[in-house]
Amino acid sequence: MTINVSGEAAIAGVANTEFSKNSGVSELELASVAVRDAIADAGLKPSDVDGMTTFTLDNTDEIEIARAVGIGDLTFYSRVPHGGGAATGLVHQAVMAVATGMAEVVVCYRALNGRSGHRYSSGVAGPLLTSDAIHWGWYTPYGLMTPASWVAMYTQRYMHLAENVQDAMFEIAHVQRQYAAKNPAAFFYQRPFDRADYDASRPIVSPFKMLDCCMETDGGSAVVVTTAERAKDLKHPAVIVKGVAQAAAADMESMTSFYRPEIARIPSMDIAAKMAYEQSGLCADDIDAAVIYDAFTPIVLWQLESWGFCDLLEAPKFVLDGALRSDGRLPTNTHGGQLSEAYIHGVNGVVEATRLVRGQSVNQPAKEVNNVLVTSGVGVPTGGALLGRSD
Amino acid sequence: MTPEQTKAFEEKVYTFVGKPIYTGPRRGYDDVNSAMIRQWCEVMGEKNPAYVDQDWAEKSTRGHLIAPPAMMYAWTQEGYKVASEGRPTDGQVEMVKFFDSYGFSGSLGTNVDQEYFAEAKVGDAIFEESVIESISEQKTTARGIGYFFETYAKFTNQDGVLLGTQRFRVFKFIPPQQEEVTPASSDTLEIPTRVAAPRGQDNKWWWDACDEGKILIQRCASCGALRHPPRPMCGVCQSTEWDTIESTLDGELFSFVEMHHPKFPGYQYPLLVGVISLAEGTRIIANIVGCDVKDVEIGMKLKGKVERVDEKTILPQFYPVNN
Repeated sequence: MTINVSGEAAIAGVANTEFSKNSGVSELELASVAVRDAIADAGLKPSDVDGMTTFTLDNTDEIEIARAVGIGDLTFYSRVPHGGGAATGLVHQAVMAVATGMAEVVVCYRALNGRSGHRYSSGVAGPLLTSDAIHWGWYTPYGLMTPASWVAMYTQRYMHLAENVQDAMFEIAHVQRQYAAKNPAAFFYQRPFDRADYDASRPIVSPFKMLDCCMETDGGSAVVVTTAERAKDLKHPAVIVKGVAQAAAADMESMTSFYRPEIARIPSMDIAAKMAYEQSGLCADDIDAAVIYDAFTPIVLWQLESWGFCDLLEAPKFVLDGALRSDGRLPTNTHGGQLSEAYIHGVNGVVEATRLVRGQSVNQPAKEVNNVLVTSGVGVPTGGALLGRSD
Repeated sequence: MTPEQTKAFEEKVYTFVGKPIYTGPRRGYDDVNSAMIRQWCEVMGEKNPAYVDQDWAEKSTRGHLIAPPAMMYAWTQEGYKVASEGRPTDGQVEMVKFFDSYGFSGSLGTNVDQEYFAEAKVGDAIFEESVIESISEQKTTARGIGYFFETYAKFTNQDGVLLGTQRFRVFKFIPPQQEEVTPASSDTLEIPTRVAAPRGQDNKWWWDACDEGKILIQRCASCGALRHPPRPMCGVCQSTEWDTIESTLDGELFSFVEMHHPKFPGYQYPLLVGVISLAEGTRIIANIVGCDVKDVEIGMKLKGKVERVDEKTILPQFYPVNN
């Protein structure tokens, strides 16, 4: 029996904690608050939840959260690897669980003290002799050991092949900051910048300036997934998961896939896009808005190409035509994204995508929004989801 | 610390809040002068002619040299004798000693915020008045348990004009128990080296060969496919049998980056890292050396040499091929 999960599940509740640079509380508390508030947003009780899913990177045990929040018996729990690559992977897990009857209400969550605790920008190096440690060993002796450095390597190559890349990178950073400046929950609320600020911002790894890079945040985000049937009777209109996919393309390394014939693109996302479009019967023209994973500005460009909004190497033109703006073809990262709202490994993006479908974004575009794309982190195995109104 | 000890400590430590650090305004040992400005600018890499170019400054609208505003705090510092004689006692020293006596002996300066209101010119005298402005509640951070304290300083000149203010934030904490370390003999200084690749079954042979000056490429013994980085099975024919060939290190640049921030101890900057396509057909990641970043471009021809880069590390380094 083959199940097409399209339309089987819906996002019923979402929540973020406050975002800060020093939460002053444990990650268990951040996770518990996000989970509790997402359940409440769905109009459900903690005892309705029977499934939980998070990142392998998350430090907090699901059963600890379940006990803290008063969630009862669990019949489904799982974890998705590869950092931000797991963002929509959580939805993927939850959709499969409710579509197959393994659980009825699954909470997806991610909480981290990403600024006051472990900081991802501090680089990789450690004593454990795993295949992963050996993998990093091909890069650390040369100093190539931060996320910015790995993504910059793909970017330099892309700049060699495409035109106007730096201008497009500025446009992405700038549009998202404009959104964040109007989002009271965003770290950069009321703090816009201009081209001069961008050009003057400190070099991190050429060609990246500081304003091309996401921030580091303390905070948590959670999303409640249940069956489309049950979602009908809950507090908010159901946000249907029309397509969801994970993918790791051949010849992949975590963040350092420098050995493929061409590296200025994301083949894993091409696969996820194809699969999600096939499940849903949708195509790029049907997508009204997007939340595209944005650890660094240029990764937005490559994902626009993967999802067919423009041809290969044409994303800078698409972006410079104003497509990502509120009145553009594809309003994108309307919460400010991880560049300017908060870095919760993309799960705050799933929250925003849900709000866009509900019509509740703080920067809701004027046009009708029926279908929204949300994606996971790239460079690692990745994925994406297509969320939409029920027909 | 027991809750009672904490209570006793906090009752006393909070009495320092509001206390002045010096009795009365403290005048800098030297008035603003061009020699100290020049030295400070040299260390900071500051080249603004308003600070360092007498001729330029005389022709400017100001008509004279000014001190960099960020140097404000330098004028009233104790100077080198703190290292030899310790800091003379003052309100802050007294408080810090009290922190130390309860085991909060770790100190970490965390933030400095300065605001500037007027310029200091050569010949001005600088006065500082400082106060212990606040002490936080007890905080737990990655460094340990402790308290943040903030000092607030006002800087004025001989005419009482406010030049600027400064808030300095310090974390005083109980350092975590250190593991027993063998103290290095006093005349050797440990120089940081690069973060080495851990050597396991699947990669040790490669790094051992590198130590001997050879860069090897793994070759499937069954189908002959080359692969790098090494892995125990051939992805083409699934054979686990392999041998190696030695690379000539002739290559072409496929992509590159220049690392700026954060800077890692043990690495030399400017630091360029490239993806290099080797003549044999595989790629390798390595540093690009022997040229200016301005002259680096994708497609340039490179030649690698295996070289010692620090006391513990031998790596392939790629140089541009000139002609």
